[in-house]
Amino acid sequence: MRRVEGGKDLTARNYRVVRSMSLKDIIEKTLSAWMKDGGPEADVVLSTRIRVARNLNNVPFPHVASDADLKGVVDAVRDAVKRSPTLASLQVLDLAEVSPLDRQILVEKHLVSPQHIGQVKNRAVILRKDEVVSIMINEEDHIRIQTIFPGFQPEKAWELCNEVDDGLERGLDYAFDEKIGYLTACPTNVGTGLRASVMMHLPALAVTNQVGRVLSTVSHLGIAVRGLYGEGTESSGNIYQLSNQVTLGRTEEDILENIKGVARQIIDQERGARSYLMRETRRQLEDRVYRAYGILANARMITSEEALRLLSDVRLGIDTGLIPGIDRKIFNELMVLTRPAYLQKLMGRELSPPERDVERASFIRERIKEG
Amino acid sequence: MICDECKKRPANVHLTKIINGHKTEMHLCEECARAKGELDFFGAPEFSFHNLLAGLIHPEPMGIGMTMPSPYRTPRKCETCGLDYTDFTQSGFLGCSNCYADFHQQLEPLLRRIHGSTRHVGKVPGRTSGTLKIRKDIESLRAELQKCIAREEYEKAAEIRDRIHELEGKLNESA
Repeated sequence: MRRVEGGKDLTARNYRVVRSMSLKDIIEKTLSAWMKDGGPEADVVLSTRIRVARNLNNVPFPHVASDADLKGVVDAVRDAVKRSPTLASLQVLDLAEVSPLDRQILVEKHLVSPQHIGQVKNRAVILRKDEVVSIMINEEDHIRIQTIFPGFQPEKAWELCNEVDDGLERGLDYAFDEKIGYLTACPTNVGTGLRASVMMHLPALAVTNQVGRVLSTVSHLGIAVRGLYGEGTESSGNIYQLSNQVTLGRTEEDILENIKGVARQIIDQERGARSYLMRETRRQLEDRVYRAYGILANARMITSEEALRLLSDVRLGIDTGLIPGIDRKIFNELMVLTRPAYLQKLMGRELSPPERDVERASFIRERIKEG
Repeated sequence: MICDECKKRPANVHLTKIINGHKTEMHLCEECARAKGELDFFGAPEFSFHNLLAGLIHPEPMGIGMTMPSPYRTPRKCETCGLDYTDFTQSGFLGCSNCYADFHQQLEPLLRRIHGSTRHVGKVPGRTSGTLKIRKDIESLRAELQKCIAREEYEKAAEIRDRIHELEGKLNESA
């Protein structure tokens, strides 16, 4: 591994020193705001996301639109952003001009969906500098505005999303029907076009085998839950995402109230399960979280799946006070930073899967020691 | 019972299909059922949200006693974008915003099934909100007018009537 930095040729060892010195800087520069800051209820809630789906009147939806139509949408939205006093500072990225690795990173940072980078011609994403706001152009709908906040902040996220929507609307002719609201490519989003999602870390409910019960209960309340990584009730890292399913026949405020109420109860249940574990099985819990810590602090090769699983244990150790002296936000950070594309970006080169496991392990060791 | 297809293994998948009133029965073993694609609804690799939605729209894949809405009563193609309704039943995606008006009849029961409602009560775009608000006001004033008449409060009814005329005038100006 040879690298040129500031005109100086660095050997592998030198590079490591330089890199570790600036590791915090690099992280600082590459992370979105939601990964840096804890936010309210940060012991359970990692992030709150709001997105609204909007389409332009008299333009076919993206999946059937012609290239000219799609280009017209990108141009119209770009124009509306430029002319809006509140949005003019946002950056428009043409996805065809973004490298495949950087596109993958946009997905890993949850700024665009995996589907959005499937086809990049006449597709764009608009970002606020801190990446709190992202607008996908020509994904399933012409426009999808997303705001993402750390911790549990549904009101704030909605307020900002609503503001961005107002700003865009001034320059665009939205497809809207008085009876059924904002019209979307798929009828499951029609009405408000609003999807509120709360990402939660539920390790104690998972350990006590209660996740399945909790999840089946909330599904009766018009709320869907899925594991963030992995399928169904199995989720590596014990990370689950709650989102509303119903978008029509309720006001935005009602939808938020409903998901807030459910999220609050899950937060309480998770906290209850944590105190139960601390009370009844403290020694086993302590053993478990320190074993995880031990592996992360010493492993020489680690897959992203194992890393997530162990990071979840360490995070539980931090949140229950069993592991003192480590900032809990490193969990949010490492969860994203150790994904394949991000890791390659940090290392500045393409890596084969075994190389990734080596670099991931070394990266986690360094970061954990920094605390 | 032995599988109709391979005549070897015991049949444990029993299918009854009714297509256009014609009933057929099949008794298959799991292996043959899977090979014939009849078991696709169990953990099929392509199971996706949109297939699920398509099933809601078009509840016929197993052909169990459901009748499709008659193709003669309702439009089959969107006049604006030309999307065929059957394309929507397969993909779960409409072609353009006008599809909602053209396929209104077929979509209404679907919206009720998905959302439990067919009426938007949330945010309204700023530009249309002016006239929309007037229209909603007129609607509620008319309801009030009826109540006043029923209660024989004619003086108040006259006031409301004048107010409705005034709002209607405003609406015509902006139109």
